[in-house]
Amino acid sequence: MEILLLQIFIPLIAALIILLSGKSIAKSLSGIFSLVPLLITIYLYVNFIPDASTQFLVDIPWIPQFGIHFKAGVDGISLLLLILTNLLISIIILSSFKHDIKNLNAFYALIFFMQSGLLLVFTALDGFLFYIGWEIALIPVYFICALWGAENRIKVNLKFFIYTIAGSLFMLLAIVYLHLQTPGNSYDLLEFYKLDLDNVTQSWIFWAFFLAFAIKMPVFPFHTWQPDTYTEAPTAGTMLLSGIMLKMGIYGVIRWLIPVAPIGFNYWGETALILSVVGIIYASIIAFTQNDIKRLIAYSSIAHVGLISAGIFVWNLQGLQGAMIQMLNHGINVVGMFFIADILIRRMNTRDMNQMGGIAKPTPLLACTFLVVLLGTVALPLTNGFVGEFLLLIGIYNHGIWLAIASGLTIIFGAVYMLSMYQKVMLGPVHSSTAVINDLDGTEKAVLFVISILVIFIGIYPQPILNISEAAVVNLLEQVNQKILVK
Amino acid sequence: MINLVWIVPLFPLLGFLINGLGRNSLPKTIVSFVGCLAVFASFAVSMGIFIELISEETKSFTIPVFDWISAGNISIPFSFLVDPLSSLMLLIITGIGFLIHVYSTGYMHHDAGFAKFFSYLNLFIFFMLLLVLGSNYVVMFIGWEGVGLCSYLLIGFWFSNSSYASAAKKAFVMNRIGDLGFLIAVFLIFNTFNSVEFSSVFPQASNMISGDSALILITALLFVGAIGKSAQIPLFTWLPDAMAGPTPVSALIHAATMVTAGIYMIARSNILFTLAPETLGIVAIIGLATLFLAAAIALTQTDIKKVLAYSTVSQLGYMFLGLGVGAYNGAFFHVITHAFFKALLFLGAGSVIHAMSDEQDMRNMGGLKKRLPVTYLTMMIGTIAIAGLPPFSGFFSKDEILAHVYENNKIFWLVALIGAMFTAFYMFRMMFLTFNGKFRGTTEQERHLHESPGSMTIPLIVLAILSALGGFIGIPAVFGGSHWLAGFLAPVFEASASKTSHLALDHTTEYIIMAVSVGLAILAMLYAYNRYVKQAHIPADENTGRTGLARLSYNKFFIDEIYDSLIVRPLNVLSGLFFRVIDKAGIDGIVNGFGKGALEASKTLRLLQSGMVGFYIFMMVAGILALLVYSMYKI
Repeated sequence: MEILLLQIFIPLIAALIILLSGKSIAKSLSGIFSLVPLLITIYLYVNFIPDASTQFLVDIPWIPQFGIHFKAGVDGISLLLLILTNLLISIIILSSFKHDIKNLNAFYALIFFMQSGLLLVFTALDGFLFYIGWEIALIPVYFICALWGAENRIKVNLKFFIYTIAGSLFMLLAIVYLHLQTPGNSYDLLEFYKLDLDNVTQSWIFWAFFLAFAIKMPVFPFHTWQPDTYTEAPTAGTMLLSGIMLKMGIYGVIRWLIPVAPIGFNYWGETALILSVVGIIYASIIAFTQNDIKRLIAYSSIAHVGLISAGIFVWNLQGLQGAMIQMLNHGINVVGMFFIADILIRRMNTRDMNQMGGIAKPTPLLACTFLVVLLGTVALPLTNGFVGEFLLLIGIYNHGIWLAIASGLTIIFGAVYMLSMYQKVMLGPVHSSTAVINDLDGTEKAVLFVISILVIFIGIYPQPILNISEAAVVNLLEQVNQKILVK
Repeated sequence: MINLVWIVPLFPLLGFLINGLGRNSLPKTIVSFVGCLAVFASFAVSMGIFIELISEETKSFTIPVFDWISAGNISIPFSFLVDPLSSLMLLIITGIGFLIHVYSTGYMHHDAGFAKFFSYLNLFIFFMLLLVLGSNYVVMFIGWEGVGLCSYLLIGFWFSNSSYASAAKKAFVMNRIGDLGFLIAVFLIFNTFNSVEFSSVFPQASNMISGDSALILITALLFVGAIGKSAQIPLFTWLPDAMAGPTPVSALIHAATMVTAGIYMIARSNILFTLAPETLGIVAIIGLATLFLAAAIALTQTDIKKVLAYSTVSQLGYMFLGLGVGAYNGAFFHVITHAFFKALLFLGAGSVIHAMSDEQDMRNMGGLKKRLPVTYLTMMIGTIAIAGLPPFSGFFSKDEILAHVYENNKIFWLVALIGAMFTAFYMFRMMFLTFNGKFRGTTEQERHLHESPGSMTIPLIVLAILSALGGFIGIPAVFGGSHWLAGFLAPVFEASASKTSHLALDHTTEYIIMAVSVGLAILAMLYAYNRYVKQAHIPADENTGRTGLARLSYNKFFIDEIYDSLIVRPLNVLSGLFFRVIDKAGIDGIVNGFGKGALEASKTLRLLQSGMVGFYIFMMVAGILALLVYSMYKI
């Protein structure tokens, strides 16, 4: 049995088992099952040779008459995203244990179902397979948000669903078009890479893919579904969306958009870059005055993702390596942030930060772990966020100093809205409703300790993570740059 | 010993971890012991390194610790640099740091967050040591932001008070504005020199021509960082607010060490600045403006800590002025002496506040001389030192700066001289209001009045001795001295020294400069004595209207209000505008428009499915006809 098939399909099997199992064991079973893909990823990491090659390759003809193969493999870029996905799914499942979830078998089954889709997206080397994974990942999270969300969930989710579906339809068109252009009518990514399309076609391909990915991340101005959805979704859904799912968009840009349409990128990359940078500043400024804690984190996520996206579109080694490690960091930090928001909302029964305040006094552990995650988010040196932002900003700087200064405003703005949030929620005088709040317990401690340790550990010793993706990134860069040069 | 330099920051890091993790279980005695011992151990090792460095031939050692970040051609090692400049900083940080830790065991004794306080204090020492030990700009930046974090934590130590929490946030954000400048400078340095290591950057830079545009940009951006950290115009307003923190914090972080990081950074990068005379000009002007403005504000303040805070801003201005005219040695000399006397003054103020049951308004003090004799005497020594009266330490360092300024620009000198006069006035005003006259507090406060315990007075006495005698490390030639400090630091400033002119004042001029500044300081002191002791003048209370300059000074020139209306409020308005108008109505409106459009279109299309069979047949026939026509056309 191919190890990669196990990696992709075990969550699917887990989903089925949990669906059929009893209610009483669903939680513990999910907890155990979530560790299996993580262990397989660790196995992959240990056996991974840190070069640019694609490893653990599987290639099975699936629907041969249409040239569709089940072709998937792992290089450094994919591996980092597998680590991200499987690590965060474990954390997200653990973090949901405090909730009374109605119909919880279905809830956890959907999470595992989604996990399979995500793993497919991050390993697929066949256009059709990629698209299948892309949609498989979307449907479960739609149901999670629609069935377990807050009051306005139906309306908000419909918008989210239609918006992202619309985006991915353009991508599907592009994939089918590329498929038709390949000599043997194949969906193979490598065949797509070999295509020699003219400038106008590449521009169309660029925009078709970009729309799908930009909506997913989201990049300004395709972001308006995001704050509403993040706010209304149940916390696990928000974590899945912000921690893992949006990385599908970023990954898509790196693996599909730019290498498939390098000339299109050469024409339009600057536009995408500027949209990303605008998003950083725009979302940060909006975050200044948000009083809903989840909405504030949602806007801050738009800003941070804008920086990652900008680091990719400048297309140099520092920017890309920064984007790679920052995808992991952002995942860890944003999941931590939303979990803290969840803890607060569960205790306070409100998302309005004006009704909080002084919570640090009765909850020293929460105050401490909150601060660590916050420092990671604002990229303080010796936290994970700094390594990513440093590389991203130096990458952007190599493209242009003014863009770097504009993007660098996130360093100041991030401190403003994050510390304002911390002050509103944790500091100030204790009042009657906040005085009786309980500090972290059981699984909450476990989740936030793990996250805090990751924040600091990656900040102090990031090199092993940077090493995972470096060779693959260098290879990709050269490949694309050559094509641009030839033209 | 030099190779073991990594132990120096390790001790306070361990102290932070022990006290941080054991904050609920460890008794206060253990916490105090661990906290103080961690810093004392660092001090002992630093002393060993210092002694070894004096005897060594080479004066610069790079000690690698581990590889931190590398991506492509960028490689940033985590390594330390030991040279005269960093070794002196080590002694200041750990030495004064230790005294302040000891003092804190007394000052914070009744505080519920005792262990938390000591863990933060140790963490601060750790980051400050990284800042001065880093052998490249990125490690320096780690320390640079790390001390900013500790400053945030300690200013907001009593976070239940909303305004204290706001002060902490303000400090962090204003520092971050500077940090962005620093960070961009680091990128520029990397682009220009292909390295961020001092040992690689400085030799390359010294071969560049003076006025190179890259150097000007790099130094200007570095200076932006220094402005934030060292509280200069326009980013100085956080420092007075930072007095919200416990007084030992004000002494350690906001007077003796962290706020001088900007001066350290420029002194470290002296060759870059020497070759960027345009930037140096800006440094001098900003320093001058800050020293004057802050001194002018300090003249009328009534909160004892606010007086000292503005005094710190002002003294930092002197240091930048010194750097700006190329007096690197003088500026750093003033860093040292200022660390002594300003730490002393803050701790003294803390002793007063402690005795006065947390009263900070000098209008409610008075006559404390008899009740707090040790505090009074030691603070008086600090006051004489800062006022620049010989032979105390401040005299020598300030004089060295003033002499260079005089040679460089007479107008600058005149302004700096007025600033020095202001300094003498507001300091003696503070002393007289606090310690002379009659007691003006409540009877409750009077009953509690007491001299502080030994843990607090002994650090005061040690610092008083250092403030008195510290100047002797730099006795200039004009007094027949050999200026040990300048000799020791010479290797650090060597490259710059060959590119700048030396002080060429004859001894007579130098004597006159000194006489003028000492004379003016004495006059200011006498004026303060006359006003506050003889006439027993008490500053008016809050509600009394002040007019003209007094009003401006008392209200800190309304700078906070100006920033609020020019920056903070417009940004918040913009935020609301972006959120409601652009995001909700604009972009989301368009998106929803698409949705509505689809809905409307389907409503219209739905009408086609009317359910009337006749209509369907009609449409079918029409369709067939259309197809026929079409195919005929084609043929």
